[in-house]
Amino acid sequence: MKLTGAQILIKMIKSQGVDTIFGYPGGATIDIHDELARHPDLRHILVRHEQGAVHAADGYSRAHDCVGVALVTSGPGATNTVTGIASAHTDSIPMVVFTGQVPTALIGNDAFQEVDIVGITRPCTKHNYLVKDPNKLAATIQEAFHIARSGRPGPVLVDLPKDILQAQIEFEMPKETALRSYKPNYTPNKKQLAKAVTMLKEAKRPVIFAGGGVILSRASKELTSIAKLAKIPVTGSLMGLGAFPGSHSLWLGMLGMHGTFRANMSIGTSDLIIAAGVRFDDRVTGNVKKFAPNAKIIQIDIDPTSIHKNIPVQCPIVGDCKTALAGILDLMEKEDPKDLTIDRGPWLDQIAQWKHTTPLKYEQGPEVIKPQFVVEKLYEATEGKAIITTEVGQNQMWAAQFYHFDKPNHFITSGGLGVMGFGLPAAIGAKAACPDKMVVDIAGDGSIQMNIQELMTAIESKLDVKIVILNNRFLGMVRQWQEFFYDKAYASTNMENAPDFVLLAQAYGAKGFRCDDPAKVEQTLKLGLETPGTVIMEFLVEREESVYPMVPAGGAITEMLLV
Amino acid sequence: MKTNRYLLSILVDDEPGVLSRIAGLFSGRGFNIDSLSVATTADPNVSRITMVTNCDAQIIEQIKKHLHKLINVITVNDLTEKKYVERQLALIKVHAKPEKRAEILRIVDIFRCKIVHIGHSHYIIEMSGNNEKHEAFISLLQPMGIVEIASTGSIALARENGK
Ligand SMILES: Cc1ncc(C[n+]2csc(CCOP(=O)(O)OP(=O)(O)O)c2C)c(N)n1
Ligand SMILES: [Mg+2]
Repeated sequence: MKLTGAQILIKMIKSQGVDTIFGYPGGATIDIHDELARHPDLRHILVRHEQGAVHAADGYSRAHDCVGVALVTSGPGATNTVTGIASAHTDSIPMVVFTGQVPTALIGNDAFQEVDIVGITRPCTKHNYLVKDPNKLAATIQEAFHIARSGRPGPVLVDLPKDILQAQIEFEMPKETALRSYKPNYTPNKKQLAKAVTMLKEAKRPVIFAGGGVILSRASKELTSIAKLAKIPVTGSLMGLGAFPGSHSLWLGMLGMHGTFRANMSIGTSDLIIAAGVRFDDRVTGNVKKFAPNAKIIQIDIDPTSIHKNIPVQCPIVGDCKTALAGILDLMEKEDPKDLTIDRGPWLDQIAQWKHTTPLKYEQGPEVIKPQFVVEKLYEATEGKAIITTEVGQNQMWAAQFYHFDKPNHFITSGGLGVMGFGLPAAIGAKAACPDKMVVDIAGDGSIQMNIQELMTAIESKLDVKIVILNNRFLGMVRQWQEFFYDKAYASTNMENAPDFVLLAQAYGAKGFRCDDPAKVEQTLKLGLETPGTVIMEFLVEREESVYPMVPAGGAITEMLLV
Repeated sequence: MKTNRYLLSILVDDEPGVLSRIAGLFSGRGFNIDSLSVATTADPNVSRITMVTNCDAQIIEQIKKHLHKLINVITVNDLTEKKYVERQLALIKVHAKPEKRAEILRIVDIFRCKIVHIGHSHYIIEMSGNNEKHEAFISLLQPMGIVEIASTGSIALARENGK
């Protein structure tokens, strides 16, 4: 059977179980869109900016636990994806991005809308391809999906010259991908698992530190069982929120620069850290020399480069988090439960005391709305069940601190790269993946303006998202640093010149509500969440509120600014 | 930290862009490459990259892991602590003043090198050997006046099979 390249592309995408892609057309990809129109079973969501397509694919991937797909044209279409790809790369999100390219005969000629996108994205993709032979198209696409989802997941880019898309070739389903140079190791070393259990039995002050890898490997259940069985308190990185139930008494809250007092103190005092699917980012460790000075560390990661990178580890376990944690749990279940919880009482008491003396706190007065209050009320109004995406800055940290995630795949944020403008398109992607769930973007007034055009996507594609803008009329997080470290010189962070967000919502055909009264926060949330369609809820909040605790960059995480 | 000279022998898929992936890995992470040599192997789909780098023990571990992580890298063999044969090829253009010619010839002879060009005022010498021989040879020729040097990176093979 002869097929065109474009037909093969769509056939292969479908063969990977994908039913939704996010894209934006151009000259180099007309053939694909032309063909797509004949495939109602492969939903194409037309974004309004290619960056939005990639973040939406990211949100889709995380909410649905699958590979996200974006499709864009050559040149500017391709370069517009770079931020989104880099974000997915840092957060290890499985994704395949297809870019159009000028015809192979023109490559290297500085042709119209030609860029070397494979060269540009080499350092921010897991792998990438330029397809030069139509006979290799199908196998390459299959390989791209395989690489994106296996091992430590990540974005893969496939560059598709126009003549390849137009070529007519005999199609054959490729054989299963087998790469001699890429065989991720899923199976952890048994001796290391046993060593981990021995270390655990000797520990008096253990802490589990869960990261995005736990969510990516679907290991929440195993992790939670281990914590409960041995009464080990659990903290998480920003990417790990939801890996362990946020409402459980063993949950310590987030770790790091804006971590809770008890999480940071626990790590500082701990004698054993079980780190699963984390890479010890500098926002988590603070000063590495002073990180967890008393602790031995067990680190589980599928990616050997994450181990020993910046923190010395006494028990490295290379392998899939789920398999490794299941293995550890198995061994633990063979032990006498008493041996697993020696001296746990004083440790848990100490933690309870930290929680009691120094909780996350803010004071809501009668006059001005506190941003934390809005997040807390949103948590109540949604019963903690919404999928939350965030923008970047203070809004993101307050979301992480005051919304408690009981399940994985419900908190979607640009963790490693911190991309302002991520939350709205990611929310659209999450809604496309989970149409029955409430999806809320917790936004800042600065960030929301970075991809505001995606409101149109949400409305056109009937992907109802709720946007809660914590409007402090500042680039708040940068302002906070200026307040603490630059003598309150608020250079370039004032955002008082802003659009009227309510009118803006209306201009796009969405609904908009504004609230500036603490007494009306709950009411506004209720109204906004219950109003059908895409809704902006704008809360005028305390302008100079700061995120606490804060560990100044380069400090030990136990040295926190508390008020 | 103490740095060492490490010699890596890397087998990669012979595909366009592989070298830039490796070079990009080093530049992007601030690792150094001291020398690099690339050529195909008996298998036309596989190239061997021989790389020399100076760094400390922790960095070389990271380098090896990162190299391994590249999709097109098949194996990374650290020859440093193993038995291996190493060669570098160099062409050295040296001033050949009449009163120095006998000495140059003697050095060339001792090092079992070859004179591959004789000009009016200079010789070009071909030398092959491991890194140490290379350095020793150059330092002996230095007083004669070296005009220029072209040198390949190291190539190396493990002495034993399999590893
Ligand atoms: C694309 C991008 N540009 C710049 C930054 C730097 N930055 C980090 S937080 C922040 C302020 C964000 O302001 P806003 O969205 O209003 O959030 P707030 O901190 O006020 O809640 C800025 C500018 C960034 N993270 N991303
Ligand atoms: Mg703001």
